[in-house]
Amino acid sequence: MSATEQALVTADAVPLSLQGPAPKRVVAGYGFWLFLLSDIVIFAALFAAYAVLSGETAGGPTAASLFDKQHVLIETACLLASSVTCGFGSLAMQSGERTSTYFWMTITFILGVAFLSLEVSEFAHMLSIGAGPSRSAFLSAFFTLVGTHGLHVTLGLCWLIVMLLQVATLGFQPMVSRRFFCFGLFWHALDIVWVGVFTIVYLGAH
Amino acid sequence: MLGRLSWAAIPFDVPVVMIAAGSVGFLIFCALALVTIKGWWPYLWREWITSVDHKRIGVMYILLALLMLVRGFSDAMLMRSQLALAAGHAQGYLPPEHYDQIFSAHGTIMIFFVAMPFVVGLMNFVLPLQLGVRDVAFPVLNSVSFWLTAAGVLLVNVSLVVGEFARTGWLAYPPLSEVAYSPGVGVDYYLWSLQISGLGTLLSGINLLTTILKLRAPGMGYRRMPIFCWTALASNLLIVASFPILTATFAMLLLDRYCGFHFFTNDLGGNPMMYINLIWCWGHPEVYILILPAFGVFSEVVATFSGKPLFGRRSMVMATMVICVLSFLVWLHHFFTMGAGANVNAFFGIMTMIIAVPTGVKVFNWLFTLYGGHIRFTVPVYWAIGFMVTFVIGGMTGVLMAIPPADFVLHNSLFLIAHFHNVAIGGVVFGVMAGITYWFPKAFGFTLNERLGKSVFWCWFLGFYLAFMPLYVLGLMGATRRMQHYSNMQWQPLMLVALAGALLILLGIALTVVQFAVSIRQREQNRDVTGDPWNGRTLEWSTPSPPPAWNFSHLPRVDRPDAFWAMKQQRGTSQSAVKRTYETIQVPRNNPTGFYLAFFAVLLGFSLIWHIGWGAGLGLLGAIVVCLKQAWRTDGEIEVPAEKVAAFERVRGGQESAV
Amino acid sequence: MKTVMHAASPGRMFLAVARAPSASATWLRVMTMTCAALMTASCGEGVLDPHGPVGKAERVILYDSTAIMLAVIIPVIVLTLVFAWWFRARNKQARYRPDFEYSGRIEMIIWSIPALVILFLGGIAWTGSHDLDPPAPLKESTAPLDIEVISLDWRWLFIYPHEGIASLNRVVVPVGVPLRFRLTSTTVMNSFFVPQLGTQIYTMPNMVTRLNLEADQPGTFEGLSAQFSGDGFSDMRFDLVSTNAEAFKDWINTAKTQGGVLDASTFEELNRPAKADGAQTYAQVSEGLFDKISLRSMAAVSPQRGQ
Repeated sequence: MSATEQALVTADAVPLSLQGPAPKRVVAGYGFWLFLLSDIVIFAALFAAYAVLSGETAGGPTAASLFDKQHVLIETACLLASSVTCGFGSLAMQSGERTSTYFWMTITFILGVAFLSLEVSEFAHMLSIGAGPSRSAFLSAFFTLVGTHGLHVTLGLCWLIVMLLQVATLGFQPMVSRRFFCFGLFWHALDIVWVGVFTIVYLGAH
Repeated sequence: MLGRLSWAAIPFDVPVVMIAAGSVGFLIFCALALVTIKGWWPYLWREWITSVDHKRIGVMYILLALLMLVRGFSDAMLMRSQLALAAGHAQGYLPPEHYDQIFSAHGTIMIFFVAMPFVVGLMNFVLPLQLGVRDVAFPVLNSVSFWLTAAGVLLVNVSLVVGEFARTGWLAYPPLSEVAYSPGVGVDYYLWSLQISGLGTLLSGINLLTTILKLRAPGMGYRRMPIFCWTALASNLLIVASFPILTATFAMLLLDRYCGFHFFTNDLGGNPMMYINLIWCWGHPEVYILILPAFGVFSEVVATFSGKPLFGRRSMVMATMVICVLSFLVWLHHFFTMGAGANVNAFFGIMTMIIAVPTGVKVFNWLFTLYGGHIRFTVPVYWAIGFMVTFVIGGMTGVLMAIPPADFVLHNSLFLIAHFHNVAIGGVVFGVMAGITYWFPKAFGFTLNERLGKSVFWCWFLGFYLAFMPLYVLGLMGATRRMQHYSNMQWQPLMLVALAGALLILLGIALTVVQFAVSIRQREQNRDVTGDPWNGRTLEWSTPSPPPAWNFSHLPRVDRPDAFWAMKQQRGTSQSAVKRTYETIQVPRNNPTGFYLAFFAVLLGFSLIWHIGWGAGLGLLGAIVVCLKQAWRTDGEIEVPAEKVAAFERVRGGQESAV
Repeated sequence: MKTVMHAASPGRMFLAVARAPSASATWLRVMTMTCAALMTASCGEGVLDPHGPVGKAERVILYDSTAIMLAVIIPVIVLTLVFAWWFRARNKQARYRPDFEYSGRIEMIIWSIPALVILFLGGIAWTGSHDLDPPAPLKESTAPLDIEVISLDWRWLFIYPHEGIASLNRVVVPVGVPLRFRLTSTTVMNSFFVPQLGTQIYTMPNMVTRLNLEADQPGTFEGLSAQFSGDGFSDMRFDLVSTNAEAFKDWINTAKTQGGVLDASTFEELNRPAKADGAQTYAQVSEGLFDKISLRSMAAVSPQRGQ
């Protein structure tokens, strides 16, 4: 047995980069992380656009006059809470407890829907008073940035339904648990983006 | 019912388009008829269309790129001939409405549908083989990426016959690309086809990046990875980091055009300068996405055919990663003349020059790889030498324009055009041609005809100089880009020389087709029986040509760079008679998801372009259904039993020892 | 690993190449001659034949930078061809050195050469960017002449705010007087460029860019747009005519007697998409027209192009 082969056998002595192809779970998670990073770059571009255009109100409504911080606080609470419940759901999934998983993920879903309906109501109100996205560049940037986040939340909720159906029909097989893990990453990442959104858009309104 | 679509969308009154479309349509019909008559559909469906094998997908990318090279080059011929004619009071034969579409299509197709698929195809084919693994990280996603790119290709080509293409140049700057100044469907075709193929490219970047970082043969640490894998790493990092910017920017322009938003409009606060900044934040990394794998090909080719390891391997790797990072810090050099001020201009000019340092280091490293070598002048080496000589000229003119006051008189001139064609053709095209010739025997089991290959090289090499050196001069004489005609008669002789160069390149492309045909006919004489036709250094040459679906019957154990070379030194000339035990191998099963997704993507894209509501809804729904079907697929892999692997290896051992 | 370069081999290598004309050596000779011929061809007009201080300074930068880089590029090209030729497999005289893959000394040299060149060129970039910054006034004692430029679809309008006249598709300037341009666009981006005077600058809607140029000899110089702006782009040319002070005054006075008035409504007429078709002048320009046009309020009524 050569020195290399010997070294490869004692796994703890061998650095990760030399251990050969990583297992599926690691590969799936890693790939999904990279996807999330690319998604965050999209948000970065939208944040940049917002930063450039936030003052371009074209004589129309300004951020300070439009945003209701109370409303945003409740939205934020819903979303952050849904991350917590999603965490509990992931734990339940890892333990293989079906009922627990359904319970926590349903709460997550409800909180997500609450967030979305609050956001939709805010948008609807703004549209009704003539502060829609075609009123000014600032409003275009606002609706796109916040709306893209909302679109991601919507897609996440659809994904959540699919995941629950997969658990129901396929059980906790490795493929399903890999995807659940990715969903968790996605949901928490949306939280992080939301923190950026409410800080820069709502708290930074002038 | 059909949105904005009507019979008026088809330009029956433009003979050039009708003839072109008719001929292409006829050829497609003949091809489909041939396939049907010969009963090849089951084979094509099983072995190619639904294949998730990286080797097949890589080949399909390259075939797609070659096809689009012909389309993009036809646009080039139209442009060159128009400019050769339209001097003084002459107007040529292409009115501005058409000429503007032609140069926009030329640039869009060459960058997105020729250069990108070439490079991605090479990386797809080679990476798992060089890394010593069975396939990429996400084989089904790989197929999806390819077919989404093909969907983009289809949409761009449909725009020739149904409707029009963008008349804005290949980057579609606003305000010109806004609805106010481009009310037709042209910019929409541009945006949707690039959004769809851009998604494919992004997914491909994630896929290949995960592969390089998480799937390598045991013992292959980063320092033992082949240099092509390092350049692919840098290129895919750039894809993942930069393509989302393109997606976001195009989304903003689409929102402006479709929903009356004001990101880049002239009124209500829009800012066109922001588009230019964002698009070039993507655009500059994009050119490095294209050139870095080409650099990787040359590193492999020069080392292999010199019979020596690459000189200065570590500094090559460092130079590659430095270029990767720096490519994000130079974007403003594309618009020095937009008025950013001296400090900003100077900063970006200096950063651009700094990128020339690692690039120069690479050239020197190749030079010293040649030094002390035992150089075999095969076709890939011709391309490599041609590249080294040509690319440095393009690099020089690039650094020249990186000096803001120099750019102030050269921006958007034919000098600029000559520069980027210099580096794109001399760098990317030459690199891809070298790579195709180099890895062709691995993919198909026989080498390409050498003599025809050299003829192809000379046509491209001499054709390039004839076509673009006059453009450097014309740029200095004050000629700007995108002109449909010009009044200065003194420019016409130079335009004629450029046309001659383009004809020579056309000959080169024609000879490429001939080369493929002749090589296929002569394949028995040029069989690669050993799997190692070039006395290679890296792991892909340790597999048979072509490799089995599972690539390696045993994953190789690696303990140094140039792993295969080391294996050969240890093995000596005799074949080791070690009896090896084989295990069952999991191989991904064929999957139609990619093809179906692309079908619905085309439906969605076309419907959005023409404002056909039900079509868009159907496309979206179909895509969702396809994804859900894939989500419930549990039989994603088939098992190749150990006996089959053993039998394969026995046959292969017999073939090799018979040589 | 210390490299021992055999004293005889580089010498023998170059001698062999010099004696044996190969395809590559012939190509090199042809290229050099062609380049020289082409360069002399382009010397007579355009960017390499400037007639103003800005263009002349930029030409110096072009020549100096090219020379510096050629000093590196040409040896690289020559060495590439020489090494490739000498170390070809069939050459028995060349020494095959399969272990030559690293040399600290060579590494240091090959990082230093590009770095030094770039350091030098970076200095040129820094000083050049500041000295030739478009809005920076020219170092002249003569009072500048203000000209306001508006790029239309697809013509150029020049307003002389202090003289109170305007000119379409032709700008007449006095020799030796610094020209202070303020530029804008009404519709899409264009780029104001007179190759024989030097620097170009983009014109953009709702924004004012600034440029300083000067013509130091009389003559007619061609001007164009260097940023694609649509179907009429190729015809979007203008003349920059520089004359002596007398002739310039005469032209101003003539313009004041001919042509109509340029105010908001006549400007609207002018703003419709039309291809360039000759020059004309306006005898009167309403006060502050350029400022109005370059601001948002005017842009809100920008014309749109039909299908």
